This record gives sequence, C-alpha cells and structure tokens, in this order.
Amino acid sequence: MADRGITSTLPASVPVPVPVPAGASDREPALRLEGLVRRYGEREALSDVSLSLRAGQTLVVFGPNGAGKTTLLRVLASLLRPHAGDVRVLGARLPDEAWAVRGRVGLLGHEPLLYRELTVRENLLFHARLHGVGEERVEELLGVVALADRADEPLKTLSRGMVQRAAVARATLHDPELLLLDEPWANLDPAARELVEPLIGASGGVGRTGGPGRAAELRTRVISSHDPDGGLREADLVLGLRDGRAALLREAGDVGPSEITELYR
Amino acid sequence: MSATPTPSRALAPLTREASPPTTPAGQTAPPRISRRPPGIWATVGALLRKELLVELRTLESVPGMSLFAVTTFVVFHFALNQNTVSGDEAAGILWVTLLFAAMLGINRLFVADQDQGGFDAFLLAPVDRSAMLLAKALALLAYLAVLELIAVPAFGLLLLAPPLHQTLPDLLLVLVLADVGIAAIGTLVAALAVQTRARDLLGPLLALPLLVPVVIGAARASSPLLVLTRAGGHVDPSQVRWLATLALYDLVFGLIAYAVFDFLLED
Repeated sequence: MADRGITSTLPASVPVPVPVPAGASDREPALRLEGLVRRYGEREALSDVSLSLRAGQTLVVFGPNGAGKTTLLRVLASLLRPHAGDVRVLGARLPDEAWAVRGRVGLLGHEPLLYRELTVRENLLFHARLHGVGEERVEELLGVVALADRADEPLKTLSRGMVQRAAVARATLHDPELLLLDEPWANLDPAARELVEPLIGASGGVGRTGGPGRAAELRTRVISSHDPDGGLREADLVLGLRDGRAALLREAGDVGPSEITELYR
Repeated sequence: MSATPTPSRALAPLTREASPPTTPAGQTAPPRISRRPPGIWATVGALLRKELLVELRTLESVPGMSLFAVTTFVVFHFALNQNTVSGDEAAGILWVTLLFAAMLGINRLFVADQDQGGFDAFLLAPVDRSAMLLAKALALLAYLAVLELIAVPAFGLLLLAPPLHQTLPDLLLVLVLADVGIAAIGTLVAALAVQTRARDLLGPLLALPLLVPVVIGAARASSPLLVLTRAGGHVDPSQVRWLATLALYDLVFGLIAYAVFDFLLED
C-alpha cells in the first residue's frame, strides 16, 4: 500500500521509522508512542508499546482477545489515560493536551455509542450538534450508509448490521483526521462493507488513493482486526499485541498472514 | 443495497473553519461544509433535548417517581390513622416523600449514558464538559417539577389539613429552592455512583446525607405554610432564614458540582 522496505522487526520499545506514503504529510507523525503503559489495577493491559505513524497511514493491530487492542484505541482516543510513556496523538500530548484531540478523532468501537430509544436520525443529529456539524451532513451520511428510509425508526428496532452502519456514520460525521476502528467490519455483510468503504476504507474517502477532498487525504487510521488477510490489505504498519506487549511491529509488506496467525497461538 | 447512491460521489468531506489543514504540498483546499465547535448553551440544549427525548420514550424515571410519591402518601394516610396532617408533621411527610421519590430519578440519571456509550461519545466531542452537568441538572429539575405537579395535589387531597390553594403560592418558592439543591447534589452524586458497580446502593448512600440539610431547610420553611390557622400576609422570620439557608446551600453545592464535575468524567 505504501513504500516498503525501511522497517524491520524491532524491540517493542523502539519507535519504528515508517516511510511517508504518497499524499501523506511529512510533518509531525500523526501518532507517536514511546513506552506506553496502561494498567487496570495491578494488571498491565499495555506494556512498553512504542511506534510512530505518519499522517495518511494505516496501522492495523492484531492480537488475541485481551491482548490490549481496545485499550490501545481508547488511550489514543483520550478516553483512557496512559499511566506511563510519551503518547502524542495528532501532535497533542496525552493526557495533558487531550482537549486538543477531541473532535479530531472518530472512534468506532464495539458499542455503537448511540441511544437505543432514539431514531437513527435523532442520534446522528445529536452527535452533529455536539460536533458543530450541519444537519445536511446527517442527511448526506444517511444516504451513504443506505439508512435514509429507516432513519426515523428507533435504533433498537434495527438489525446489528444496520446499527453498525449507523455507528460508522456517527464516527465519521465530523470527518475526523484520525479514525480509530475496533473490528469495524463486524456484523457487516459484503454489501454493507461496500457501503461504508468510502467512510472508513482506504480506497474511497480515506487514505492515499485519491479520495474526494483534502480532509480525506489527510486521514489516518488505526484498525484492530482478527482477520489476517483483510487486515494486511488495509495496513501500512502492523502491530501484533500479546499480553499487552508489542510482539510484532513491522511494515505490512514484510508480514505474512502466518505470522499474524502465530500471534493467536 | 445496489440502489443506493454511489457513496464516494455522495460524500463531501468536512473542512475546518478555524485552521484548515493543508495538503502535503502546502496548498489549502477550499472549504465545503463548515464545522464550528458548539458553545456551552448549544451543547446544553442538545444534551437536554436528548435527555428529555430518551425519558419520553422510555418513561423510566418520572412515572416511577410519581407513583412512588402517591403510594407513599396513601400509606401514610392509613398508617397514621389520621385523615389530615398539618404543620411540622405535614412538612416532614411531604419532604421525606419527595426526597425518596427524587432518589429514584437520581439513580437513573446517567444509566443510559453509561450503558449505551453516551459518556464516551460526549467525551470525544469538542465541547465544554460542564454542559453535561447543566443539562443533567436541568433534566432532573424538569423531572422534579413534573413529580411535584402530581405529588403535591395528591398530598393535598390525601393528607393535608389546610386547603392546598391557600398554601401553594408560598410553597412554590420552597419547592423551587429545594429542587435546585436536589438537582445539583443529585447530578453530582449520580455521576459519581454510575461509574461503580454498586451504583444503586452508592447513589442513595452518598446523596441522602448531603440532602439532609435540604430536607431540613425545606421542611422548616414550609411548616408555617401548612398550618390550619395561618395569619394572612404574616411572614415568619424563621421561614425567611430557612429560605436563605436553602438558597445558600444551593449556591455552595452548585459551585462544588461545577468545580468537580470534570474530574468525575475523567478516566
């Protein structure tokens, strides 16, 4: 997906120099982690994780359940405080400058972050108001995720796939510079995956391949995935987590699906 | 599915008015759709609207609070073996009942946000976090107002000796001042309790001691209003003192809630 050949397998504590893909900014890295530690009580959910990701690139995080993928995404979203290490997201140091990250990040997690009793339109309008986005954007996204005809139905009456499409619309409503996607294709059938591709994929509205508009070109993604083939297709950089530690950190072109599978054994 | 518009054509990325990003070559693309971080009152409006919509759809708080209050008055009616009460007794029954009914609403105040990810969504938005305190407190005030619209007439009908229409105009001020205190303390405690596993237990355990002064002040201020032989136009100086105490307590806890609320939302 991007220029290959600079990075190799490195100790987890060493930031990875990653080549700048075509169309990406060559300024401050979008993400820079050095020795990130996050604990839940006594247990370390993330231990000494270090990496660097340039704007416009995609980091795909693999790892078994409980490896720390979701925790990493929540730290990057400024929802969880790092307990040690230097964490910079979009140039802002966390947790001290978390205010500078808000509104620039889109998080698509396991929960849709939508209210079940409200309709899809009411939910999206609520989020649009919180982000200072106009109502026309809501209508536009309802069309993109093909929910316009179900927009006035309560979320609780929709299928899981439809809820996931609504959640994708919610996460991308404000056209965030950094997308944090936790298993984003869960519950989506192939047709639905195609629908959300321009919003969260690399080929349509996001990434390096000539999406519509400047903001899209600058968007950076961190994706957690359990799908080696699908994940590697999206990735510029691959992070494999095991017990909170970076067991694998390499450029995507240098990683084979078998190495990803090995993480789960 | 195939009939949907081509997404890549339908989608227009947003641009940021304050600091438009530049392309790697340093060129600035023309803005297409503007985005402004909302002010605090716009945020309060959005949150309050959402809050009331969710309550209207679920009817989880206000009907339960109202039913609890009316049922309690019925129980008192029979348990006291009295047709009517007045003075201190009436004020005590009224305010203890309203307090426990309010606890039901306080316990539910943040549950939808916690269970459905509303907290995370709010924390990701570029908004003033105090907006949530204000919106939740206003929502709780609205729930208390509806509760009292039902509970106070029921109290007048089931227990109160003096006719309600004589006492109500003066009682309104006490109700408003007490409600503000309950809303400020209730919102603060609910935000703290909802993040714990024992939220249903912790909420009342934290709120009740903090609300005791509100109940004392409200009961003492309303007691002279609930007597049978009330002198028209006469203002009891002790009543004024208790009203001032209530107002001061509201102010103090309003400021405390404002000062610490941000920290309650933090990880």
